[in-house]
Amino acid sequence: MSTTQATRLGEVLERCRAEGRAALVGYLPVGYPSVEGSIEAMKVLVEAGCDIVEVGVAYSDPVIDGPVNQEAMAAALAAGVRVDDVFTAVSAVRDAGAVPVVMTYWNLVLKRGVEAFAADLEAAGGAGLITPDLVPDEADDWLAASERHGLDRVFLVAPSSTPDRLEKVTSACRGFVYAASTMGVTGVRTSVDTDARTLVERVREVTDVPVCIGLGVSTREQAAEIAAYADGVIVGSALVRTLAGDGELSERLEALRSLTTELAQGVREGKR
Amino acid sequence: MTDTTDTTESGLTVDELPRPGRFGDFGGRYVPEALVPALEQLDEARQKAAVDPEFQDELARLHATYTGRPSIITEVPRFAAHCGGARVVLKREDLNHTGSHKINNVLAQALLTKRMGKTRIIAETGAGQHGVATATAAALMGLECTVYMGKVDTERQALNVARMKILGAEVVAVEHGSATLKDAINEALRDWVTNVTTTHYAIGTVTGPHPFPEMVRDFHAIIGEEARAQVLELTGRLPDAVVACVGGGSNAMGIFHRFVPDTGVRLIGIEAGGEGVQSGRHAARFAADATPGVLHGAMSYLMQDTDGQTVESHSISAGLDYPSVGPEHAHLRDSGRAEYRYATDDAVMEAFRLLCRTEGIIPALESAHALVGAMEVGRELGPDGLVLVNLSGRGDKDMHTAAAYFGLVEEGTQS
Repeated sequence: MSTTQATRLGEVLERCRAEGRAALVGYLPVGYPSVEGSIEAMKVLVEAGCDIVEVGVAYSDPVIDGPVNQEAMAAALAAGVRVDDVFTAVSAVRDAGAVPVVMTYWNLVLKRGVEAFAADLEAAGGAGLITPDLVPDEADDWLAASERHGLDRVFLVAPSSTPDRLEKVTSACRGFVYAASTMGVTGVRTSVDTDARTLVERVREVTDVPVCIGLGVSTREQAAEIAAYADGVIVGSALVRTLAGDGELSERLEALRSLTTELAQGVREGKR
Repeated sequence: MTDTTDTTESGLTVDELPRPGRFGDFGGRYVPEALVPALEQLDEARQKAAVDPEFQDELARLHATYTGRPSIITEVPRFAAHCGGARVVLKREDLNHTGSHKINNVLAQALLTKRMGKTRIIAETGAGQHGVATATAAALMGLECTVYMGKVDTERQALNVARMKILGAEVVAVEHGSATLKDAINEALRDWVTNVTTTHYAIGTVTGPHPFPEMVRDFHAIIGEEARAQVLELTGRLPDAVVACVGGGSNAMGIFHRFVPDTGVRLIGIEAGGEGVQSGRHAARFAADATPGVLHGAMSYLMQDTDGQTVESHSISAGLDYPSVGPEHAHLRDSGRAEYRYATDDAVMEAFRLLCRTEGIIPALESAHALVGAMEVGRELGPDGLVLVNLSGRGDKDMHTAAAYFGLVEEGTQS
């Protein structure tokens, strides 16, 4: 599992590092409030300063998502979103100038076929996959397919990860390591635990792969705080919640633009 | 997913030996990384307990003085007259404390919870049997307890909700998704991933990530151990077929396991056929061309659409209303060691009434699926046949459903 091989996520994180800042990674699920609406929203993320867009795939049983993302996914599925739509969104993000990475529950990849999913993702211009319910122990097919298609592999680590597990998981990662800031599901939190900083330090001891922090980040201040020690700041539920507000879609997209702009300032304020 | 490897005498493939947690291609551990340390801790604890006389003695003492083990077997000749004249013997798990087989697994997992130094136990429940058993074990052992139950099921099974509450458990009604068993499991997993350092998740069936399918099977294997010896003593021979209902499949694995090496004994699982496989409203995963997929941490057969989204199941019995099935059943089926059939809601209600009328035993609707299977298999075997049925639970909890189905209660008097 080479960590020196060129990776699209690695390149953008390296570029941000050269600029003396952390990267901003924004998550939205495809199909919410509609396929077109979600693609518009992802373009707004890119225009307002997201370096990487996590293109989320709605799933019927999202066990690591909190209520905000669950409801958005359920609404997207009820409105008829399909896995095929994900590849359309990936291409749109790439065309808008950011690096798209798909975040998906594993059964949706299995059903399409790991090889077919990887081929379609490469063709659409995606950088790779974030897999919240797949651990490297079960990922032989994906490790092989990602090699064949030059895709990045982002696995998660958590504060509960033992030293052995950190070693095993990070050695399978390419692009970045997704560090869960706290034990729990996605959602907005008032503070991001000191666990996050400790976890990043532990990851740095075992790998040179960049580390991004996710779960619970919602404000410019939190983004700045995390940017001081992590390579990237991942924001999800806070963006989804903004998109879910009342009012016309155009107004909500403007609210999304303001929040993203704030967060983009945050990742530039971290003292490194 | 077809197995092409050699099989051993026991009917199990040899390639599962070097792959812990796998039954052929099924099983595994598809979970968020945050849970892996807890699963490794659990696996270590249960392996130690399996060879620790202190743990085994404590569990045996509880089963003898609390559960009511060994459970008896009952031969049911008046019911058997409707089964082609074959002899039919019931394994009476309905007579266990709390009214079903679920207590076997829960007492053992509660003991493990204490051994791991955890103070809180959580569970999912459909009809409420596993929830009641877990609340019972928590009360007995002084553990904090939270049970997740779909909102639809809390309304259908209000009495079991009251039982859990009086036992001291918190019952959380889950409103997401279809608000049934599958969604209760999702919510329990979210709780577990958040509170894993203090909390054990006692999964109630032979599914979920490794080591649950294997561990829960082992805790229920006592059903088959006892029944095999009891049937031999009663009849002087092994049964021709062992029949059990299969939702997740814990009572079936419990009674099947000891018989797996007895290749002359047919193992027959009965799924919930709901309103018929053609209707789409059922939980007959094997009969309805379910395909391999991952749900709740395990690879098995799964009712899913062409994108891999879970399709909702249906059954008149909440305990079988689940879109996937334990991974070992998937393997027993693909390897040909076990066969699976289904019973429709209507056939189940007839068998339910028949056992009540002919033998004075009110079975759980889940277990009544196995009775439909026994009637079919008995007719195929004829008068020389001998069928062992796992009567996994009692039917008190189902009287509301039965009263409505048979029109036993006058309009307006039902809650």
